[in-house]
Amino acid sequence: MHQASTGIAAFLAAVAAVTVAHAQMDNPQAGIEAYREALQDGNPAELHEMAGEELWTTPAGPKNASLEQCDLGLGPGVVKGAYARLPRYFADTDRVQDLESRLLTCMETLQGKDPKVYIDASFTAPPKEEMNALVAYLSGQSRDVAVTVTPEHPKERAMYELGKRLFFFQGGPYDFSCATCHGQEGTRIRMQDLPYIPGHEGAAAGWTSWPAYRVSNGQMWSMQWRLNDCFRQQRFPEPIYASDATIALSTYIAANSNGAVMKTPGIKR
Amino acid sequence: MGKPMKIRAASKDGVTEIKVLMNHEMETGQRKDASGATIPAWFINQVTAKLGDRTVLQAQWGPSISKNPFLAFRIKGGKAGDTVTVTWVDNTGDTRTDEATVT
Amino acid sequence: MKHRALLVAVALLLPGGAAMAQSGPWGPGADDAAFAQMLKTSFKGRGVATLDRLNQDETQVFCSDPETVYAPESAARREEIEKVNLASVKWPADGVWLGDWKEGEKIAQSGRGNTWTDKPEQVNGGNCYNCHQISAEEISHGTIGPSLHNYGKLRGTDDAVMKATWAKIYNSKSNNACSNMPRAGHMGILSEEQMKHLMALLLDPRSPVNQ
Repeated sequence: MHQASTGIAAFLAAVAAVTVAHAQMDNPQAGIEAYREALQDGNPAELHEMAGEELWTTPAGPKNASLEQCDLGLGPGVVKGAYARLPRYFADTDRVQDLESRLLTCMETLQGKDPKVYIDASFTAPPKEEMNALVAYLSGQSRDVAVTVTPEHPKERAMYELGKRLFFFQGGPYDFSCATCHGQEGTRIRMQDLPYIPGHEGAAAGWTSWPAYRVSNGQMWSMQWRLNDCFRQQRFPEPIYASDATIALSTYIAANSNGAVMKTPGIKR
Repeated sequence: MGKPMKIRAASKDGVTEIKVLMNHEMETGQRKDASGATIPAWFINQVTAKLGDRTVLQAQWGPSISKNPFLAFRIKGGKAGDTVTVTWVDNTGDTRTDEATVT
Repeated sequence: MKHRALLVAVALLLPGGAAMAQSGPWGPGADDAAFAQMLKTSFKGRGVATLDRLNQDETQVFCSDPETVYAPESAARREEIEKVNLASVKWPADGVWLGDWKEGEKIAQSGRGNTWTDKPEQVNGGNCYNCHQISAEEISHGTIGPSLHNYGKLRGTDDAVMKATWAKIYNSKSNNACSNMPRAGHMGILSEEQMKHLMALLLDPRSPVNQ
């Protein structure tokens, strides 16, 4: 009896899957929307959150320590809501740091790991998989929390201004800056809508939905990865992982989105 | 051994809804890597779900299922506190079993 | 020649000019020295995307400051930039404007080339559909640039139109100092032959753009 009804349910699930596939062929956007809906409580980013939580709590590195005592800005070990307040100034490093650069600091000081290994690895290599998983977990700990990034410390204000200047900085063979694509309202590249980053709404659309799981390639993308690929398409040289340019841009976007509610980790096409 | 699954199971009015998110590459065997070499097939081909020790779902899968598959199904019966166990086996013989408690 | 000397002088004044840093729109901590230092420590060359891509030419310097770009007092400077860019335009060597619109459509569709994941031998695309509507059949087009559908039909195909279109493709900044469009000929993104194919896509009466 149980077996029989399960069989019918499984069959219905299969029908649903086929319907999604059909919608996808007719209209890619509708297909993606249907898939997103189906994944509402099954965002595969959750798998990365689970992996990230394990990485956070498991002793590792030469010092055989976990990251649980890492100070993300709200005190050692406080993860709830910490991501929504980054980037911010940290007195111990005398730098403004985003989540990923701060994690490198903790991995070095608490675990004795060499940050260079994580910085130099490609985004699909195991060290970056760790970073992306940690980011998925920690951003999930700020889900439904309002962004609070209000540059006040002189170094935070400088980072914001540097990020703004970089946003408009043109270079390379195509004369592109971030503003070429994200500096006008209501435009798109092909069918892809482009958030207007200098404004609150556009900045919020971008900032609160990354890091995200990308359905098209099954990858978990951190903000650093997102920015890296923007620069690639801008035909710029490659930004170094967790470098000041990337933190400055994140500070600019995050502060412009101040007050918006985090939906992280997100899910993208 | 495969990576952990995420399982949710909730019972309401005598029906239990079970949602499983599996962590698997699901390579079709038809893709090529950057150097042009074929990436070997690697996909889940058997899924079993149990409520307590009773098998409530058996499925045979192929390479057309997406990476990180999401499976949702409903069964009659089940109540808060029951254990749901899900097992997959892939074409390399690797397997993973995880369980969750019905809420 | 006199022209060029003046521009070099202006270009020399821009970086490192303390007065510039203060009068510019950038707030405390983002002066030229701090910004240059940030770029220096934050990027690395990879593949075809070498570090010298961060060295701006005078057009890029001017267009990177949104506060002054469209300010009334910048009008003369904008004109100056447009003249320099127009002067860079090389006209078709054989005097023939139009190539094959079918090839032009392929170039317009392709967005490949010049990223650090592209190989040096990669034939560059024009990236046209990323920003423009062109042929009506292609519904997946961007909106950063204006629609080019019926381009030739609306403008005709006399020599002035040919010349203006060629100049726009070769060097988009020749008539709009801070256009969002890349300078396909000037920067060596597309070959003369490829640009002729794009010309045909826009101007050949048989092209779907003009049907």
